[in-house]
Amino acid sequence: MSDNITFTIDGVEVKARHGETIIEAADRAGIYIPRLCYMKDLIPHGSCRVCTVMVNGRPQAACTQPVVQGIVVENNTPAMQKHRRNLIDMLFVEGNHFCMFCEKSGNCELQAMAYRFGIPAPKYPYMFPDKDIDASHPDIFIDRNRCILCGRCVSASRDVDGKTAFEFAGRGPHKKIAVNAEANLGDTNAEASDKAMSVCPVGALMKKRIGFAVPIGSRKYDTKPIGSEIESSTRK
Amino acid sequence: MSTEKKLKRIIIEPVTRVEGHGKVSILLDEKNKVRQARLHIVEFRGFERFIQGRPYWEVPVLVQRLCGICPVSHHLAAAKAMDVIVGADKLTPAAEKIRRLMHYGQMFQSHALHFFHLCSPDLLFGFESDPAIRNVIGVAAKFPALAVQGVMMRKYGQEIIKATAGKKIHGTGAIPGGVNKNLSTAERDVFLKDIEKMMDWARGALKIAKDYTVEHLQTLAPFGSFDSNHLSLVRKDGAMDLYHGNLRAIDAQGDKIFDQVDYQKYLDYIAEEVRSWSYMKFPFIKQLGPENGWYRVGPLARLNTCDFIDTPEAEKARKEFTAVTNNKPNNITMAYHWARMIELLHSIEKIKDLLNDKDLQGKDLVVKGKRREEGVGLIEAPRGTLFHHYRVNKNDQIEMANLIVSTTHNNEPMNRAVQKVAEDKLSGQKITEGLLNNVEVAIRAYDPCLSCATHAMGKMPLTIELYDHNGNLLDRKTKS
Repeated sequence: MSDNITFTIDGVEVKARHGETIIEAADRAGIYIPRLCYMKDLIPHGSCRVCTVMVNGRPQAACTQPVVQGIVVENNTPAMQKHRRNLIDMLFVEGNHFCMFCEKSGNCELQAMAYRFGIPAPKYPYMFPDKDIDASHPDIFIDRNRCILCGRCVSASRDVDGKTAFEFAGRGPHKKIAVNAEANLGDTNAEASDKAMSVCPVGALMKKRIGFAVPIGSRKYDTKPIGSEIESSTRK
Repeated sequence: MSTEKKLKRIIIEPVTRVEGHGKVSILLDEKNKVRQARLHIVEFRGFERFIQGRPYWEVPVLVQRLCGICPVSHHLAAAKAMDVIVGADKLTPAAEKIRRLMHYGQMFQSHALHFFHLCSPDLLFGFESDPAIRNVIGVAAKFPALAVQGVMMRKYGQEIIKATAGKKIHGTGAIPGGVNKNLSTAERDVFLKDIEKMMDWARGALKIAKDYTVEHLQTLAPFGSFDSNHLSLVRKDGAMDLYHGNLRAIDAQGDKIFDQVDYQKYLDYIAEEVRSWSYMKFPFIKQLGPENGWYRVGPLARLNTCDFIDTPEAEKARKEFTAVTNNKPNNITMAYHWARMIELLHSIEKIKDLLNDKDLQGKDLVVKGKRREEGVGLIEAPRGTLFHHYRVNKNDQIEMANLIVSTTHNNEPMNRAVQKVAEDKLSGQKITEGLLNNVEVAIRAYDPCLSCATHAMGKMPLTIELYDHNGNLLDRKTKS
């Protein structure tokens, strides 16, 4: 398929294909738009809003907005970066994110995003919500303290694994990741080999008994910031 | 009016140059004689409660957050308990030796820190010298070479921790059933380059501690001293082993109370008493009861309980140490410093042996076996025997945790030491700087970590308050 649409991101001309979203075209062009819920090969959910860009002066989620000939996209601007920093801050204080003993530390996209944005600590007060752990499954567990409600596991289980093991329940501050079962995770047909088990950006949906097997220094974001793999790629 | 209201009370709060927050109160009777002295630990304990529900494999990393001074000890004790949980009854040679290297690195840096930064001002300048110079800055000004050695020895130990655990503080190296990395030859060679210098400096530190103790023996022998039982791990052949072994307890004369006890059964031998005035419990040997069953742990206890040390220079030093008390247990509180420096030398000898062991480059790092519901991990931490005990439910979550840290074992001995010093040094109703520091010196000999003992955070300046027999405040002194 030819790249027959052109538009600009921060003044740089980008070529795109019909049907592509802004974030897909930006990734191919080696331009990083920060994101937490979007993941290649999953149907975009548009829930975290970290990928928000200005399209012809209006805010849009880059992961769900299709490209259109000639649009002007603002991505890496002070206003958008401030907006993202606030969102990341809020995600931290809405949960109980204790990086110091989280197995995901070093591989965590939320933590890596905070480092990329230079956030040593959230500016908003911690809410310390009362969240639970569902460890009823023999091989996997949900730690809702760390869930950022990105919906990746919901999408992966439904669209890739064909299981609909996960779903959202509740609204507003009471919204949580739930399981498609009468009671607990252990009652679902979810398995450790499911795609859903490898998509969580944080330490919320985890495989059991693999804690800290990868040493410090060898974890994904120990040496390179999140997004660098896109920024260093050449146009395909 | 109650009897206690007629007494005078002196409070020393906070106590300085130890880790954590505590206060000392000294209660006087109507004749200004010490009736009672107590070390109150007023920080709140919480770790055992809030780790409940966490997955067990998180615990070795989580629980070390108790402390920034000896996190490695908690990390390894918890990992050893988790070895039991995952059925890893025997680690691979690479895993055990990497853990030992981490532990000896920790022991080396912690003992160096305590001796050079916390205790040496007392030894080099005298207990009652000007407090303006009796501190680590004063040491750096008058003995610059010594101060540099202290810093560099600590750095060496910290770098070993980083190489084995991933970080100098709060690493992740030990995991249930083994470790997550080995030591590369490049990492090893960096340490081998400086090993002889570290050996030399450790010998020098030992000489200072030994010469000071021998020279001042007449003064030091009664200072805060008393007969006590002693407890530590020892190897099956009776050798000192700081990483692993079985429990041995001896009395003040050296007779064994119990020996080669499998620490998985520690509850059959050790119990803890709660007293209303301190958040820190008082452990005791069950068969002797709370009145007589208290004991000391740490360097002095380890030197007393072991039959020998398996490294040549530390063994030679041990023989000199035991000769001072005619091969009977040494019950001199201030001998802790000498014992600590023997362990410093032992640790660096062990580090040298390990660095030359090719098992450290092994690739077989983790083993597992039959899953268990309960596990106990013990280690000889710098300050003494450290107990970690966990129960894990069928969903892999922590259901119960009990930690007995070194400073908790030494709770009763520290109280006795304070009482002894107060009886000997206090006169009249005035608080002197000398009294204040003499009390601290006695506590400091144990290298207590009070934040760790109550599993909280804090720092430790010092105040004394003196009350008359009607409970009125007569005098108060604070230093920070």
